[in-house]
Parts: sequence; C-alpha cells; structure tokens
Amino acid sequence: MKYKFDTNKLMGWRELPIGAIIPEGGTSEKYETGSWRTERPVLDPERCTSCLICWIFCPDSSIIVKDGKMIGFDLDHCKGCGICARECPPKFSAIRMVPESKFHEEG
Amino acid sequence: MYVAKNRVALTGNQAVAYAMKQINPDVCAAYPITPSTDLMQEFCNYVANGEVTTEMVLVESEHSAMSACIGAAAAGGRVMTATSACGLALMWEVLYVASSCRLPIVMTLVNRAFNAPLNIHCDHSDAMGSRDAGWIQIFGETAQEAYDNTIQAVRIAEHPDVRLPVMSCFDGFIISHSLEVIELIEDEKVREFVGEYRPSYSLLDVDNPITVGPLDLQNYYMEHKRQQREAMEIAKGVILDVGKEFGKKFGREYGFYDEYMLDDADIAVVVLSSTAGTTRVAVDELRRMGIKAGLLKPRVFRPFPGREFANALSHVKAIAVLDRAETFGGEGGPLFIELRSSLYNLPRRPIIVNRIFGLGGRDIFVHDIKAVFCELLQGLERGVPPREFDYITIRE
Repeated sequence: MKYKFDTNKLMGWRELPIGAIIPEGGTSEKYETGSWRTERPVLDPERCTSCLICWIFCPDSSIIVKDGKMIGFDLDHCKGCGICARECPPKFSAIRMVPESKFHEEG
Repeated sequence: MYVAKNRVALTGNQAVAYAMKQINPDVCAAYPITPSTDLMQEFCNYVANGEVTTEMVLVESEHSAMSACIGAAAAGGRVMTATSACGLALMWEVLYVASSCRLPIVMTLVNRAFNAPLNIHCDHSDAMGSRDAGWIQIFGETAQEAYDNTIQAVRIAEHPDVRLPVMSCFDGFIISHSLEVIELIEDEKVREFVGEYRPSYSLLDVDNPITVGPLDLQNYYMEHKRQQREAMEIAKGVILDVGKEFGKKFGREYGFYDEYMLDDADIAVVVLSSTAGTTRVAVDELRRMGIKAGLLKPRVFRPFPGREFANALSHVKAIAVLDRAETFGGEGGPLFIELRSSLYNLPRRPIIVNRIFGLGGRDIFVHDIKAVFCELLQGLERGVPPREFDYITIRE
C-alpha cells in the first residue's frame, strides 16, 4: 500500500489517507517545533570538550555533531527543554539556557 | 440448501465464545465484567487448551483492554474483545481512538445497566451511551443471532471500504446466561466465510513505516471526521451484502431490521433485542382478537438506517417505541429520538410515542406489551393520541 501524500497542499477528505495515517517515516523532521522554545541553549565552544553527553540526552535530536565535534543546535527543532545544559558536566558547563526574549530584543 | 448438522444447547455467551473460537482471531485483550465475564472465560479455555492460536492478553482494566486491541489492530492483527456496561464506560476514551484510527476491532457488548445504584442486569444504557463513538452497532435478539452477528461483524469491520470497529450487542443474562438450542456452522465454513484478513497497513511492516494517531489540528481534523461519516454510509451497503451472503450460505438472512406481521399493521411496536421475542407473542395474541398489530425490530443502530425504517413503518397509523435506555432530560429514549426524526419527512406521519422499560433488568411480560398496543389502539379509536412519553412496568 502506498498513499500519495502531499504535505505542501491541504488535501480534501476524499484524497487523505484513511484513519489519519501518515504513510511515510521520519516526518517529524518536517514539523518545526523551534517556535515552542522559551529558552535557547547557547554553546561556549571554549569550554566544550565534545564529550557528546548532550547528544546522548537530547530528546529531539537537536545537537549538531560534525566530525565527532559538537558544533551547535538545530534551532528549527530544539524545544528549549534544557536537558543538554543540565547534563553538561559541571566542570565544563559549556551550555547555558538564555531566555528567547533576549534574542528578539537584540534581533 | 445448507442444512445445519450441529444443533446444540448453548448460552449466548457460550455461543459467541464458540464463534470466536471458529474465527480464531490473532489477538484478544479483555478484562472481566459481568455479564460478559464467562464469554471471555470460555474463550480463555479455548486458548489454554490450544484450540485457537490467539494471543490472549489479560490486562488490568478495560481501558487497557481496548488500548491493547488498538495496538494489535494497528499492527495488522484480527482483534476481538468483549465487555459490558461499566467496562465499556472505562474504555470510553479509546473507543474513539479505535474508530478514528479505522481499526476493524470486533467487540461483543453484553448489554447491562450502569451503576449506581449497583445493578448487573440488562438494559441498553451502555450501548446507547457509546452510540456516537463511531462504532458500528448491531443488536442480536437471541443467542443464535449473537452467534451469527459475531461472524458477520468480522466481515463488515474488515471490508476495505468500511474499516470500522463493530460492537455486537445482545441482552445481558436474558440471552447471555440462558440456554438456547442454536445451529452451529462447521469450523471450515466459518473460516471460509470470514476469510483471511488483509490489513491495509501494519505498524510492524518496517519496510513501509507509518505513523498512527498523529497530531491532527484545525487544518485536517474535520476531513478525517468526514471520512468516518462516509465509512458509516458505505457500511450500510456492506451490512446488507454480508447479511445476504450469510443467508445464502447458511439459511439465515440478515438485514437492517426484522419485521413481524407488519405488512398490514395499523399499530406497531419498535423494540431492540430480546424483547422483540416477547412482542411477537403479544402480536399473535392481539391478531387472534382481530387487532392488526405488528413489530419492527431494528438490528442495526449505527449506522442508523432511518430511511429504511421509515419506509417499513410508513403505512402504520400509530407506533410505540420501547426504549431500554434513558436520556434523562432528552426528547425520549435514544431509539425513539432517532426513529421519530426519521419519520419526519414522510408525507403522512404516523402517531409515535415512547415507552421506557426494562431498566436494570426489570422484567417485561406479554401483558405489558399488549397494554402498550391497547393504548395505541384506544388513541386511534378516540382520536386522542396517547401520552408521548412514559415509563411502563413502573410503580407510582
């Protein structure tokens, strides 16, 4: 069974998959949850050792890693839960949570 | 012609458990509640004895029972369960999940009153309370009908254009615990009739990943509800087709309703389930006195075949709808409300009244039903319609 499913247009009830099934995998990536955030994680690259504990704990796969190094956050999907900042070992404390409003004032 | 070779005495619960054994579903999840308890207990014996290959999941509540059924059905399994009254009430939230996810679960509902005060006996409050949950609802009069409906329910639910859960109802204790001689169909003929289930998708199909029950907000939710309405419309045709095929194969045809002496009736009673049997006796007695009394027994309540009921009743002068459920402050019992609405567009509307009976298993006798017929008759003779709404078999 293969449904045609076009996420770019609003489909009518006759063409939608029956039972609200989403007939493909990995679709949560298309749903940007970054706007839910009230606090934004900010990385201090000087303090970060790329131990990747944040990457293990992040529930939204929003820690971006390149060549084994932690390089930042996927802010389109990060909901600002703060788990990364909490789990970052205290002796490094490389991630801090900053109110989202700070960025809007500046921006 | 099909000749039954196997006539046996079974209770309603045993008959349905036997149908389930013959269907051999992939998964059953259930929690015991009177009067459906010994239906699942009987089925569990079949599981324990290795007579079925069903995965039996014994859960900690009815909410969990229906949830487990939903998971198993989304995984592509043929799934069945049973419950009654408060058990159904505890399933409430997930009843809607089953129908909205379009999972063809078949559930036997052994009708029972709600608490409080505590009562384990028959009325239809449970089924009627869940009438808008998006489930197909079929009511059987006898153990034979309960058995036959169970087998047909599988076909109706799993029809690719329907894909809705089915609630197969029959009267608690009156049918569930009374012995009745019924005709069993041979195992292989049941298996052939229900066929192999080919689910539209499976959560376990890792090559074709899907999401079931996602977030569905203002921009899509209504479209999915409209699909459910359409499936109910389509189900009407499927229910008739399956009932006809069942009749052709096994000699007992089923439709939307059953009628008795209705063709030339001036007055008629409309009533669900086992009370229809009592009503037939009342009709016979009145006919012997020259009174043109008749019966219409709806078999299908969801989808509600209003047009068909109205056509069958259009020539009748006065109708009494007997409801075994209350709406407390509504326009009458659930069956009355819908049936009267269905009659509204008739060019000549019959007089229609509503009588509440049998709550919490209160007995109803032939003379009680004859009294209702007599009220209708007197109303016609005097030109004054009887009271629109009343309780019968009640102490003042």
